[in-house]
Amino acid sequence: MEAAGPESVVDRTFRQESGRAVASLIRVLGDFDIAEEAVQEAFVVALERWPRDGVPSNPGAWITQVARNRAIDRLRRARSLREKTEQLEGLEALRPPQLSPADRVASDEIEDDRLRLIFTCCHPALAPEARVALTLRSLGGLTTAEIAAAFLVAEATMAQRLVRAKKKIHGAGIPYEVPDREQMPGRLPGVLATLYLVFNEGYRGSTSPDLVRVELSSEAIRLTRVLAGLLPDEPEAQGLLALMLLNDSRRPARVDAEGRAVPLEEQDRGLWDRELIAEGLALSEQAAAAGPAGPYTVQARIAAAHAQAAQPEETDWARIVRLYEWLERAAPGPVVELNRAAAVAMGESPQRGLELIDAIEGLEGYRPLHSARGDLLHRLGRDAEAAEAFARALAIPGNEVDTAYLERQLELIQSR
Amino acid sequence: MQYIFMLQGEEPNWEDVSPEEMQATIDEMGRYNQELKDAGAMVDGHGLRERATATVVHFPAGEGEPTVTDGPFAETKEQLMGFWIIECANLDEALAWAKKAPLQEAAIEVRPLVEESSEEEEISGEELVRRAREKK
Repeated sequence: MEAAGPESVVDRTFRQESGRAVASLIRVLGDFDIAEEAVQEAFVVALERWPRDGVPSNPGAWITQVARNRAIDRLRRARSLREKTEQLEGLEALRPPQLSPADRVASDEIEDDRLRLIFTCCHPALAPEARVALTLRSLGGLTTAEIAAAFLVAEATMAQRLVRAKKKIHGAGIPYEVPDREQMPGRLPGVLATLYLVFNEGYRGSTSPDLVRVELSSEAIRLTRVLAGLLPDEPEAQGLLALMLLNDSRRPARVDAEGRAVPLEEQDRGLWDRELIAEGLALSEQAAAAGPAGPYTVQARIAAAHAQAAQPEETDWARIVRLYEWLERAAPGPVVELNRAAAVAMGESPQRGLELIDAIEGLEGYRPLHSARGDLLHRLGRDAEAAEAFARALAIPGNEVDTAYLERQLELIQSR
Repeated sequence: MQYIFMLQGEEPNWEDVSPEEMQATIDEMGRYNQELKDAGAMVDGHGLRERATATVVHFPAGEGEPTVTDGPFAETKEQLMGFWIIECANLDEALAWAKKAPLQEAAIEVRPLVEESSEEEEISGEELVRRAREKK
């Protein structure tokens, strides 16, 4: 195994810590661009100094500190004196707790900054695709190119989208604060949806060579944990956290030694993370007990049903099918239909599952549909049709780990 | 910040509205406006006369003289029916006020007004940092 060089440590630490620094700087500056640029400049300084002097004991505070100094430099070119003075006062206030390593910033304060930032990034006055992009850029520390790749758009398009969103935040006066209790019901769903997308981007990056981009998923889990902790009366926040934890518990078993995706039924369940499962189960029960379950809580209970089966054949498929039916009522859509069909294929018969899949409309360009069809046709012994389905799946762009799985299935069939 | 609330809606057929209904609508809007005034949020606000009263002055590209036609400017079903100018801290406050308006089958477009630029002064960064520190 290759030893992690200083650059990779800088890269990794930077990605993990930059969201906090950006959030703190945006709070005092009220300006995304200056904050992001200042943090980028701090990264350049880190690339030069950390390999030489070692990684600081509190890298997050170090980044915030260096970025703060860069932001002061940038403010010399800002527009009005009043604005400049206000921002500089904010930056001054950021300084004292960060300067002495012994006196670390209260973590609560940092979490509050990040929570504020996510409500700003997910404001309903912004287009949904802009919310996700802003969250990944500001809190996830992804580059514009990475976000563009994740959503299959040109980098220039994504850059434009980010610029417009930031302009709107500034121009329309979107506040940098957590909404009050009265506004929360209207604001929370957008935040949860965005966090789940960030989690999934990390869990199953659509074009990333690694099936699991751990930092993004852990970032989403961290933010959702903060959200759920601060909003104990919102079961869907708990439900989403439970869903993420239960999915994340399977991470060690999802990719084999050759870097190929391993389907749920073939995973080594001994590798599943018991601690995450225990926490996820407790949270999903708590969320479900709070009243009629929302979409995230239902999905968490489906994940819980899988987590509770020590062996694939112990899976309570009838219960999972019932939960998918419930989910279809709460949040209808063709992807939910596909998942229910897959559960029916396991619980009843591959034949019945295939019939349900073939009745789904609107997923012709969705890779998992053709992949699932291929699996079922193969199971039914209809190998020629299975090969055709796998080939169709391979014709749709997707991540390399899934591609490797599909190619292996296709080879397996053709070698007979 | 200041925001304009532009009330968009379909003009009712006033002949179908009873005097009692009209009075109730006027009273309700009056209470909303009073609430805005009491909170110090109301800068200005008016309902507009019916669309048939609108006149449009058109300016050609280049040199030519402006011409006058009958209005309204946009021949759409939804028309500008009134406006408020609201003073508040941010978009969330503005949206909270807008949601309170006693309306049905209508929309309010909320847009910030361009702020008059504050004092401009050339000053060095060091000077700014010094002033900020002194103020603390």
